[in-house]
Order: sequence, then structure tokens, then C-alpha cells
Amino acid sequence: MKKKQNIFLKNKKFTVYLILAFGIILTAVFAPQIATHDPGEAILTEALKAPGNGHLFGTDKLGRDLFSRVIYGTRASLPATFALVGSIFLIGSAIGIVAGYFGGWLDAVIMRIADMMVAFPGMVLALAVAGILGPSITNAVIAVGLVSWPKYARMARSLVLKIKYEDYVEAAKVTGSKTRHILIRYMMPSVLPTLVITASTDIGGTMLELAGLSFLGFGARPPVPEWGLMLSEGRSYMQNAPWIMIFPGLAILIVVMVFNLLGDSLRDVLDPKEEE
Amino acid sequence: MNTDKLWKRFLQILIILIGISFLSFLLIFLAPGDPVTSMYASTGMMPSEEVINETREELGLNRIFIEQYGTWLWNCLHGNFGNSFSMHKPVSELLLSRLMPTIQLAVLSLVIMLAISVPFGVLSAVYKERPVDYIVRGISFFGISMPNFWVGLLLLYIVALKLRLVPTVSKEAGFQQMILPALTLAFAMAAKYTRQVRTAVLEELNQDYVTGARARGISESVILWRHVFPNALLPLVTMLGLSLGSLLGGTAVVEVIFGYQGIGNLAVTAITALDYPLIQGFVLWIALIYMVINLIVDISYEFLDPRIRRKMR
Repeated sequence: MKKKQNIFLKNKKFTVYLILAFGIILTAVFAPQIATHDPGEAILTEALKAPGNGHLFGTDKLGRDLFSRVIYGTRASLPATFALVGSIFLIGSAIGIVAGYFGGWLDAVIMRIADMMVAFPGMVLALAVAGILGPSITNAVIAVGLVSWPKYARMARSLVLKIKYEDYVEAAKVTGSKTRHILIRYMMPSVLPTLVITASTDIGGTMLELAGLSFLGFGARPPVPEWGLMLSEGRSYMQNAPWIMIFPGLAILIVVMVFNLLGDSLRDVLDPKEEE
Repeated sequence: MNTDKLWKRFLQILIILIGISFLSFLLIFLAPGDPVTSMYASTGMMPSEEVINETREELGLNRIFIEQYGTWLWNCLHGNFGNSFSMHKPVSELLLSRLMPTIQLAVLSLVIMLAISVPFGVLSAVYKERPVDYIVRGISFFGISMPNFWVGLLLLYIVALKLRLVPTVSKEAGFQQMILPALTLAFAMAAKYTRQVRTAVLEELNQDYVTGARARGISESVILWRHVFPNALLPLVTMLGLSLGSLLGGTAVVEVIFGYQGIGNLAVTAITALDYPLIQGFVLWIALIYMVINLIVDISYEFLDPRIRRKMR
């Protein structure tokens, strides 16, 4: 317990960002308590009201309370982003470890597929996949996931290759350790820190990509309060109601910034060498 | 690069291209929407079952997958990417007409980006851990976290709507229409590149030859601009190539915001209309261009870095 406290005290920056990130997650959890209105409730007589007067951020084209929608927006963005980063992290590293450890034709096939995905601007394929599967948050997650896993696979593979022939791994093999045991006990721990750092620095960027897809109409569908979608709805009312496109954008900026800072500081905590 | 390596590379590109063509074809083959229905829907007709079946036969959509793929690939190799369902024009003609505006936009944004990130990156590295450095790093961090479509909207709002300096939406693709989208694209990239330039310059500043040059009494500015700068720039070339490639496909969001008639905008229209031949053509074209750019970058590396040139021989 005492040791744990030290980590947080020693890395004050990290602790602060971690608390901020928790704050954002709590916002999502307690969205119904924080929101002042029902985010889906449309009162047309209240449409396009400027901020103030009972509506902190004003209202949108259907008279929905923008503040409540921005708050509820965390519920659309965070789970999707975490699910996406989490799954490409797991799947990508598992594939990479297997490819690196077993080698041979399996490695060749996996890595050629990964090359194929990397040799290609990710957003184009994600766009095509999201569009063709049909617009929904789930499909946007699948689309971005499909083009992002190779990064983790390649990284895990190269890390495994580095330690594959180390004496302790050979020793484990000679003493009859099961392959599964070697993979989990020896390969995973050496691969994990780098990949965790990568995953945590990827959260912000992933969130931006998902919001971008929603903005184009290939992600969340109305009436879901999603920030990218809200921005695209606000676009047409820019002239008369600029607040519709200001607050959701601000929300994305803040959340992405907090997670980017958290990722950067996590790197400093886990990998002190990299610190400049 | 010797011929052997060049051939290997060429073969690799070919394999990847075939893979990507297969992938994009498979994707569309499995897609839930029906292309024939969406094709007719775009003309506003509601055809009978019979007509739909006839069209399917005509387009070869009733044949087995591998046969369809083979025919499609064969046609592609002859430069025939089919006709767009929704715009009733050859795909290659459509893509070609939109490619130039996007290339212009991409290049302009790269130029703007370099004009921002190189001076600030160098400044930040030279004055490491001083106020200038902190300010530059702070702003670039801000830039990385900013959604580019939001930057676009804000620019549109401030420059076009409030200050009325440029028209909001325009059909032509002149310089005036390019400046805002280019600025938007440059903004996010500049943030990334400023950090990169900073790291690269810092790395070079720690090299022995810098100490040596200082010992010989060469002035700091000569060291920086004549020795450090060219070396630090080298890794940027790769990044620039990659950026140009991803810009060609990644300008979609910005093009849509500003109503810019580029290839990304076309792609979004195609995807929304489920215009399969156009989507396939787009994916394939971008992949090809991207890989050609990467190849050029690899080769140009050799010209820029004498060390690699010597190793190759």
C-alpha cells in the first residue's frame, strides 16, 4: 500500500491527469445527474436559443438543451473509444506475439496482411468500411479497428523477436515449460509496457477519428448526442447559432487533451529513459 | 537503390495492390446495401423486380464472387474502372478530374505547415527548457488535441462569416478557395511536425560533430543552419511523403466542410450513395498513389543521405 502511494506522489503530473480523466469518466457515469435537461427532449419553441436563460450552452435546432447533450456526449465517445483501443490492443498484441513467437508461414501471412494495411492511408479504408457497413457507432469502431491493429501487431512482434532467443526463454523451453506458459509468463510481460504506453497515447487520436467519422455521417446517427455529429448539425446554423458548433468542439478538445496528457505522462512513469 | 532491390520492392507493391483490390472488392461484395437498388434510387426510379434482375445480369452481379473479381480486376488493368452508378460517368474520368484539386490542396497545406513548424521547431530546440520552448510546446500540444473539422468550422466562422475575407462555399478551385482548407489541414500537421523538428534538431545538437565544430570556434548559427539543420531534416522527408499520401485520402472531412471539390469530397459522396465502382476505384487509386509516393521517398533518401548511398554500392 505504501509503495503504491509513492508512485502517485512521485509522479504528480500523472496523478493530476489521472484525476482529470477520472472526472471525465465520472461525468459519463453521472450524466443524468449532471445534465439539466433530457438530452433528447425537443421543444421547437425553444429552438436556437442563445446560451443563458435556463440553457447554459443554449439550445440546438430542435430546441434540445445543448449543455445536457454535451454532457451526454461523453457516453457516446468514451465507451466507443475505450472499446476500440482496448480491442485493438488485445487483438493486435496477441496476433503480434503469436506471429513473432511461432514465426514461419504464420508469421509471413500475418505480417503481409499487416503490411497491406499499413501501406495504405488508414482513414480512406476506415471511411470506406464505415460507409459500406452502414452508419453506426459500432461500425465506425469496427472500421477504425480494422485499420489500426497492425500497428500493435508489428510492435508486439518486434518486441517478442528481441527476447525470443534470450537464455531464460531457452531455459524455460528446455525445462519443459508449456508454450502457453512461455507466452503468458515470459512474452507478455516484456511486451506489455510499450504497448500500454502506445495504447494510452492513442486514446486521444482515436477519439478524434471516431468523431471525424460521425461528423461525416458515417458514425453516430441522430438523435444520439455525439460530439462529431453535433458539430456537423451545428454547421448549417453557424450564422445564427454559433454556440452549437462551439461547445461540442470544446468538449472534444478538452477530453482529447486530458487523455493525450495522461498518455504522455504515463510514458514518463513507465519508461523514464524517454524523458528529455 | 540497385535493380535487385527495386524489383523486390516492385513485387511487394504488386502483392499489396492485389491484396487491397481483393479486400475492397470483398468488402463491397459483403455489404448489406443492394447496388442495383441504390443505382436506380439515385435516378429517382422504382424499378420492378424484373428490371432489377436484368440489370444485375447486365452488370454481372449474379455471377460467383471470384468470377466477378477476376472480370473487375482484368478491366482495371486495362484502365477501365467501370461506370459510376450515381454520376453515370467513367470512374477514372471522375477521379482524374478531382485528383488535381486535392493534390494542389495537399501541397499548399504542406507548404504552410513547413513554414510554421520548421522555424518554431528549431526555435523550440535551440531554446530548450526556456519560455519560448514551453510556449511552442504548449501550443503544439493544443494543436494535436484539436479536431481538424472543428478548426475548419471555426476558421469558416471567423474568416468567412465574421470578417468576410473569403467566400464561404465556392464551386471553383482557385487559390482563394484553397486557403482556408489548406490552413485547416496545416494546423494539425504543424503541431505534430513542430514536435518532430524539435526532437530531430535536439538529437543532432547532441552529436559529437557539434561539439567538435564548437571547439573549432565555428559560430552557433553556422553550426545550426549549415550542419545541424540539413541532418535534422532528413527524417522529415519520410514523414512528408507519408503525410502527402495520407492527405490525399484524409482531406475528406475538410473538403466536405468547405465544399471543396476534391477527391475526398467525391469519396464521401460515393460512399453515401453506395456507388460501389467509384468507391473501389477511389480505394485502389489512393493505394497506388500512396505506394508510389513511398517508393519515391525511399529512393530520394539515397540522394539526400550520402551514408546510405555509399552503403548501397
